[in-house]
Amino acid sequence: MLALVLICAAYLLFWAAMLGATASYTTPAEIWQVLISREIRYATALSLITCTVAALASVVVAVPIGYLISRARFPGRSLVDAALDIPIVLPPMVVGLCLLIFFQTAFGSAIEKVIPLTYTVAGVILAQFVIAAAFAIRTMRSVFDHLPARPEDVARTLGCTHFQAVWHVTLPAARRGMFAAGSVAWARSLGEFGPVLVFAGATRMKTEVLPTSVWLAWTVGELEQGVAVSLLMILLSTAVLVGIRLSGERV
Amino acid sequence: MIRLENISWKTPAFALENISFAVPDRSYAVLMGRTGSGKTSLIEIICGLRTPASGSIWLGDRDVTREPPELRGIGYVPQDGALFPTMTVQQQIGFGLRIRRQAPALIQQTVTDLAHEMGITHLLDRKPAGLSGGEKQRVALARALSVRPKVLLMDEPLSSLDEETQTSLMQLLKRTQLDHPVTVLHVTHSEREAEALADVRLRISEGHVITL
Repeated sequence: MLALVLICAAYLLFWAAMLGATASYTTPAEIWQVLISREIRYATALSLITCTVAALASVVVAVPIGYLISRARFPGRSLVDAALDIPIVLPPMVVGLCLLIFFQTAFGSAIEKVIPLTYTVAGVILAQFVIAAAFAIRTMRSVFDHLPARPEDVARTLGCTHFQAVWHVTLPAARRGMFAAGSVAWARSLGEFGPVLVFAGATRMKTEVLPTSVWLAWTVGELEQGVAVSLLMILLSTAVLVGIRLSGERV
Repeated sequence: MIRLENISWKTPAFALENISFAVPDRSYAVLMGRTGSGKTSLIEIICGLRTPASGSIWLGDRDVTREPPELRGIGYVPQDGALFPTMTVQQQIGFGLRIRRQAPALIQQTVTDLAHEMGITHLLDRKPAGLSGGEKQRVALARALSVRPKVLLMDEPLSSLDEETQTSLMQLLKRTQLDHPVTVLHVTHSEREAEALADVRLRISEGHVITL
């Protein structure tokens, strides 16, 4: 048992050392100067907005799909289940490339005529959504796996249609799980870099989100700026983690 | 009256074959059988939660075989009560009437009457998480009766309770059946429950039901 504790402690210490080193790389005054700059304020606001929209869209998609995979029994279910995990295992950059190529096709171009997506803010949201939704679906599937189906059955005998039973009985019981799924999707969207860069670009004051800011700062050698933005992202991610621990795990 | 005619239902691992039996109007039937004998599946078929491969189900003078659960006019009490986790006892009991858009005054009166009858008036503002097994079953029974079902289906409602609670609930069940115009099918593996409650005794074994 002592060996296990030591492994765990060493791993956590390594992480603490990395975060501590990053935090002490620059001064609070310099961090503040970076964070109040016009470009970073724009990137922060854009990140917060796009992550929130992508997370909400992810939950909207994840609830019915998670429910279907958890409750329904149909031929090919395990195949569908596995297919839903594809965005999780694909290299993120490849996802971005797939998006870019799809929107060059006739069908994709037709969609672009209605909602321009390539190299736009809407494209940032879509690039975040396609990966975040896969994580939200996995979370919701697990939530529904842990909720018994019997109360739904009883609700149906009391006069509910199947939809009403899910709406009035199962979804209220799954609300903490939905919050957890949204938080996971939000955190995942916040750190999404590859697909956003490839599909939406990295134009300052247009499609620049926080991970793009870190990358742009890195490429021009402005490490202090990259560190300041990284610390902001660490703070936001930690807040989400605390949120999940406080509510989502009690599903 | 509950009447099953030649009901068959199959999974790769299990089969019910040509099940036929009848429970007369307003009587209390106890269906016995070993664990895994298909008692729960049979209850679910009568509820409309599973579709039989063949045969027909009659509740009163209606063939309900193709009707969805919400139109069958049944009350259902599963083994663990299956209370709605986010609702108070009061909300649970009034749920069926709210879904049927009944007047709030009627819902309130029904909740009050059933809570009094089941001895759970003091629990009305509680949620299921803090209730004992016996209390949960009383709430589940009140909830099932709230929509005035013609048929009450109970799946091992007493099996997870201690002997003292079982005895008091058995008295409550018998009284309920006498006070409400309802035909009861109670599934159990307990001889004691059958002795105390049954007007009609049925046994399920190897996919068949016999009337004892």
